[in-house]
Formats: sequence, structure tokens, C-alpha cells
Amino acid sequence: MSATTTIVTGSPQAAHPVAGKRRKAFQVGKFVGLVVLIIAAVFALGPLLWTLTTSLATPAQAFTNPPQWLPLHPDFTNYAAVFQQIPIGQFFVNSVIVTVLIVLGQTVTCTLSGYAFAMISFPGKNWIFGAFLATMMVPLQTIIIPVFVIIKTLGLTDSLAALIVPALGSAFGTFLMRQYFMQMPRELGEAARIDGASQWGVFFHVYARMAAPAISTLAILNFSGFWAEFYRPLIFLQSQSNFTLPLGLVGLQGNLGTGSISVVLAGVVIAMIPSVLLFIFAQRYFIAGVTAGSSR
Amino acid sequence: MSSVAAVPHAVVEEDVPHHKAKPPRVVRRRPGARRTARREAVFGYAMIFLAMLFVTVFTFLPILASLGLSFFDWDVISPPKFVGIANYQRFLADGPVLQSFGTTICMAIAIVVLQLSLGLFLAVLVNQRTSTFGRTFFRTTFYLPLLASTAAVSIFMGYLFDAKFGAINYYLGLLGLPGVPWLTSPFGAQVTIVLIVVWQQVGFTFVLFVSALMSVPIDVLEASSIDGAGPLRTLFRIKVPLISPTILFAAVIALINAMQLFDQPYIMTKGGPGTATTTATISMYQTGFQNLQFGYSSAIAIVLLLLILAITGMQFLASRKLVFYQ
Repeated sequence: MSATTTIVTGSPQAAHPVAGKRRKAFQVGKFVGLVVLIIAAVFALGPLLWTLTTSLATPAQAFTNPPQWLPLHPDFTNYAAVFQQIPIGQFFVNSVIVTVLIVLGQTVTCTLSGYAFAMISFPGKNWIFGAFLATMMVPLQTIIIPVFVIIKTLGLTDSLAALIVPALGSAFGTFLMRQYFMQMPRELGEAARIDGASQWGVFFHVYARMAAPAISTLAILNFSGFWAEFYRPLIFLQSQSNFTLPLGLVGLQGNLGTGSISVVLAGVVIAMIPSVLLFIFAQRYFIAGVTAGSSR
Repeated sequence: MSSVAAVPHAVVEEDVPHHKAKPPRVVRRRPGARRTARREAVFGYAMIFLAMLFVTVFTFLPILASLGLSFFDWDVISPPKFVGIANYQRFLADGPVLQSFGTTICMAIAIVVLQLSLGLFLAVLVNQRTSTFGRTFFRTTFYLPLLASTAAVSIFMGYLFDAKFGAINYYLGLLGLPGVPWLTSPFGAQVTIVLIVVWQQVGFTFVLFVSALMSVPIDVLEASSIDGAGPLRTLFRIKVPLISPTILFAAVIALINAMQLFDQPYIMTKGGPGTATTTATISMYQTGFQNLQFGYSSAIAIVLLLLILAITGMQFLASRKLVFYQ
């Protein structure tokens, strides 16, 4: 870019040294920038690395200073211990059930409704969609008491269904899918209709297939959100056998005290494994999930 | 799930008459068109039915119910008693609860400012890098904390910030600095929780800003360079204005989340020491689910909702002058 500057401003004799100086400054700036980025990366990764390392240390080595940052002598006793001390297998299964059913449920409900709001005309559509949008601002805590009462009325208190059923529909998911369907060409559907496809056929065979990226983004967003969820399990669940991982781990930490930090951290690592695996294989959908809302 | 599985059948049934009625549409235009429109409407309602059902039962009605409940006294056991605006009057005179709102606002502002400035700073630095490897590496690195649950983060950060045995005070000791009572002093606990939230959330703003910066048109940057603008000038006069809609979006999302701060203070400090990290949502939790004052808790919830709406509205108004839409 500095080269361009030189050409345009003319007077080659004067411009060259300035451009050179500027390029040098730019290079130095870039190097300093890299150093800052690496420091930031160390701060971002450090706590995670310490967690992994400590979970792989023997209880005697854990929580000693200076802190260990790399698992040079991995030891898996903590991982055996966490399975003995709490039903972490059960927590894991509970988390999987809750997360998978919500992801599947919202995929169905939000894809159907998002398509209708984008492609189908029906009376009151804009009003209903506006009402959906308005609820996106409402914090979960604001509605938790009535939801709790509804759950109780339905007889679902202290069950996994208490977490699943209220989350099967989503205004945000509907919005996300609608935005995606809005970008699709209407001509495809019209052509399919002329060829004799039904309304459902147009949706199912033409548009739903094209929406795979948006469906993946919604699924990933829901997975990360509900896998990590703490607030609703805290309020809706009482018996330990129903706990999901975050709630179970916090309970484990409370029960053990500082003696078995490495055991607690083994639990933390186990809880993170599915997210990390999913992230490795579907990183672009995580990134798409971040930017999904900003295109309003 | 059984209701979910039943959808396709329901929709197919709605659609069956369509096949029979196809020929008349071609022959007689106007009534046929009307019928098509009606059929399309029925199909539309069928498609939104499930989402509508769940959002109505578990979001719309609860909002109204919360609002209604805020005018009652209710302990779950005895029937609700109408008390008018007494809960709101009580709120205005309730020192600890008001204080929890103050705490929340202060911590939320600190979180949003740090999260946005740090996210933008890192995004600009990464944006300068030309190699795909560098970009991918830093994007992955800064996103990783978001893969942990807030509960997990609260647990391991609690150990790292431990005043006696934690790694952070150990390193401060090496530098000859006294140990900081991170979670054991009121101000320290507030600062620690802000730092922990920023540590985890900065990756979100970072990813948003990187993708926004990537979309700044290259010819605009070239033009500014030709006109002799240095990197800093280009950043503040060209890039920041061009991505200002994204900055506004990030600010709104970060603030809405920060105003609902619950998990970290609940797990790490139980709202303490004293009431230093008792946020508005912890106050709500305590009055509702611990003291069983559901009416009063609902009133607090409604105030929080109004506060969030007001702050978001103010953000949009304030940004009307600052945000630049292309």
C-alpha cells in the first residue's frame, strides 16, 4: 500500500524515504501486534491448560506451587475417582438426553415456523412475527416463576422433561431460520409448484434441504447453550439422579472441599469433551452462530 | 417428542385438498386464487403451530403472568392475595435489593466496556495478519473459553484466584507483590467476577469484530491510504465507523447478558462476601425460590426487564448519531 502512495503523490525523490519509513513502522507495529496477540493467547489458554494438567496430576501434586502448566506425567486416578465419588456417568447421560432432545425439537419447530414466516403469506403474519421478536429481549429470569408453576402443574417438577419441554420452541431459532429462508430465491418453489409439488413438498424437498447450513448453526448454538446451562437445572431439579453436568459438578465441588481439586477438575474436563470435539469438527458453524444474530 | 414427530402428518393432511382442487384454479381465476390464498394461509398456520404453541405457553403467557403476579402476595402454599403496587413500593424502599441492582449495573458496565474494547483491540491486531493460519489459530484460541460452561469456569477460576493457594497470587508473590484477596474482599470479588466474565466472553465479541472488519471494502482502505491516512487514522476514521452497526449489536448483546449475571457470582461467592456480588438476579432467586415471596420476586423481575429495555433503548438512541449504516 505504501508503494501505491509513492506513485500517486509523485515527486519520487521525496516520497521514497517517507514510504520506506512508513513501511518500517508498519512492520514493527505488526511485530508488536503479534507479541500482544501471543500474550493474549497465553491468558486465554492458560486457565484451560492448568485445568487439564491438574486433572491429570496425582492428588498430592495437585494445587502445589509453582503451578504445573503441562501434563508431563499424566495420571488418570482422578478420572476413576470422579466416577466413584459422584454419578458423573448419570449426569453425562442426563446432559446428553436434555441437549439432544432440545436440539432435535427446535430444529423441527424453528425450521417449520421460520419457513412459514419467510415464504408463506397468511393473515396476521407480521403481528405474530413481531410478537416473537419482542420476546427475544425478555430475560429468562423474568419468566422463570410462571414457567416453574406451569412445570409443576404439568407434573414435570424434578424431571428432565422440565428442562426439555419449555425449550422446544424458540423465538430466536425461528428468527434465525426465517432470515436464512428469506435469502432463498422464491422462483424455485414456484417452479416446483407448477410441476405439481405440494406446499409441503416444496418446503421439504426444495427449501429444507438448502437450509442445512442454517439448521447446523441453530443446532450448534442450542448445543452450546443447553449443554452449559446452569440456571434452569438449579431451579427445576432436586434429586441428584436428575442432575445435568454443570449442576452436578458444582455440587461435587461443594461436597469435596479443597482436598480433591484434581478430582473436580477431572469432572470439568469430562464435561468439556463433547463441546471440544464438536468444535473441532464444526468450527465454522460455531463462528456462524456468533454472527447469526448480527445481520438484523 | 411425540408431538414433534406428529408434525409432518398434520401438515400433509392440511395439504391433501390441494391436489383435488388444482384444475379449477386454471379454469376460473378469481375464486381459485382466493382458495389458493386460503389454503396457503392454512398451511402457514400449520407450519407455525408448534413453535407458536411452545413460545405461547412458555414465553408469552409467563411474561403476562409475571406482570400479573407482581401485583400479588403469593407463597405458593396459600392462595395469591392482591396487593396492588405494594410490591413495587417495597422494592423502592428495599435497600439490599436496590443495592443489588446498583452492583449489577456497575459490573455490567465494566464487563461491556472491557469486553468490547479488548475484543476490538484483538480483532484489529488479528485483522492485520495476512496468513490464514494465524487468523484461524487466534480465532480458535480466543473462542475456546466459550466452550466451557459458566459453571466449569467458575470452578477452575475459583481455584486459580484462591487467595492462599491460587496460581495468580503465587505469581504476584514472585513479582514481590502482596497477595490480593480476590474473592474474599467485597471489591476484589466484584473485580474478579468481571475479569472472569470478560475472559470467557471476549471471544464472542472478537469473532464478531473480525468478521465485520473482513467485510470492510478494500477499495475504501486503499483510498484512505492514498489520501495519506496512517494505520491509526484508518482504524478510527474508516474501520470503526464502518463496523459501528456490529459494535452496537455486540454492546447490546453483551449488556443484556451482563445484566442477567447469575452463574459466576452464585457459584463462586454465593453473592458475597456480605452482599458485594449479590446481583439483581441473585436477589430475585433469593426472594423467590428461597424466601418463597413469588409476588415480590416477580416485581423485581419486571423491574429488571424494564431496566434492560430502557438501557437497550438508550443504546439505540445514543448510537443514532454514532452508528453509520451504509
